[in-house]
Amino acid sequence: MMTENAPPFGLEEDVLKQAARWFGDGKKVAIATVVKTWGSSPRPVGSQLVVNEDSSFVGSVSGGCIEGAVVTEALDIMTSGMPKLLSFGVSDAMAWEVGLACGGEIEVFVERLEI
Amino acid sequence: MKLSTLDNLLSEKERKLPCVLVTRLGDGHQVLWSEYANLSKTEFPEILADACRDALLKDKGCQFELADERYFLQVHNPPKRLLIVGAVHISQFLAPMAVMSGYGVTLIDPRGAWATQERFPGIPLDKRWPDEALADLAPDARTAIVTLTHDPKLDDPALEFALRSECFYLGALGSRKTHGKRVERLAAIGFGEADTRRIAAPVGLDIGAISPAEIAVSILAEMTLSLHGPRRKTI
Repeated sequence: MMTENAPPFGLEEDVLKQAARWFGDGKKVAIATVVKTWGSSPRPVGSQLVVNEDSSFVGSVSGGCIEGAVVTEALDIMTSGMPKLLSFGVSDAMAWEVGLACGGEIEVFVERLEI
Repeated sequence: MKLSTLDNLLSEKERKLPCVLVTRLGDGHQVLWSEYANLSKTEFPEILADACRDALLKDKGCQFELADERYFLQVHNPPKRLLIVGAVHISQFLAPMAVMSGYGVTLIDPRGAWATQERFPGIPLDKRWPDEALADLAPDARTAIVTLTHDPKLDDPALEFALRSECFYLGALGSRKTHGKRVERLAAIGFGEADTRRIAAPVGLDIGAISPAEIAVSILAEMTLSLHGPRRKTI
């Protein structure tokens, strides 16, 4: 069992607990979840990344390729409250910037945590 | 996600109950499903409940389409478990490494001098005799068991119990020679070849491990292989 003093490795439990902790501290929080993958995507379906309003994040949705873009979108969604389905892949228009080096494609659902 | 949904989810996880968070991708509407959730059939159609059951069984999130709506099913199974018999030097590495890998770890050793919180900070210790502890911990198909005491008095009762369980991995420390004798002892009390073949021994993948930490890596690697199977095709 995960102990309370264990460092935040970004295990599924840690990530969601961190979301609750940040929210409890009065921070805006968004949760990003990989909801579909094609090809050799680095993280499986269900992988999560939690971001707060200071752009601090735990967990991951890729091998580091698209985290920056997801954090940027997450900051918008924290304010707007509108959840969004993001797609990333080699065919993406922004591929040069945030494409997946592995050639895989993924779909990421981003939502904010709210009362 | 509503805070109440997150709170419910975290509380289900704390209670080690399997559940599925169902998200309608169109608008983000969410329902936390479990066998005990008491959802009405109109609110949560049975076909979606069946998809949740299937996802839990496969331990894999997926999308589901129903009436032109896409749903994402996020699976929350209780953590896999690792039951280590023997509070030895290797265990001091294997236990925290397994925790980092997402396992719920319990360390079993009736020898008080070995199983101390000082040697195993944060790891739950069970000081009962291995077979008694295992009977109570009820290993299932999401459980790995590793015996590391190197002492038949402690390892054998654990192996006998483990062989009657559905554990997905069973590893035992000891050389080929030690394991040969162990297999003879187990055969003498009625275990067949199919049973004893389940025991990974000498324990761990052959990566030339020497130090306790390296042996722990090889064990965790072999556990992972048992769980998922190899992926790359050999040419």
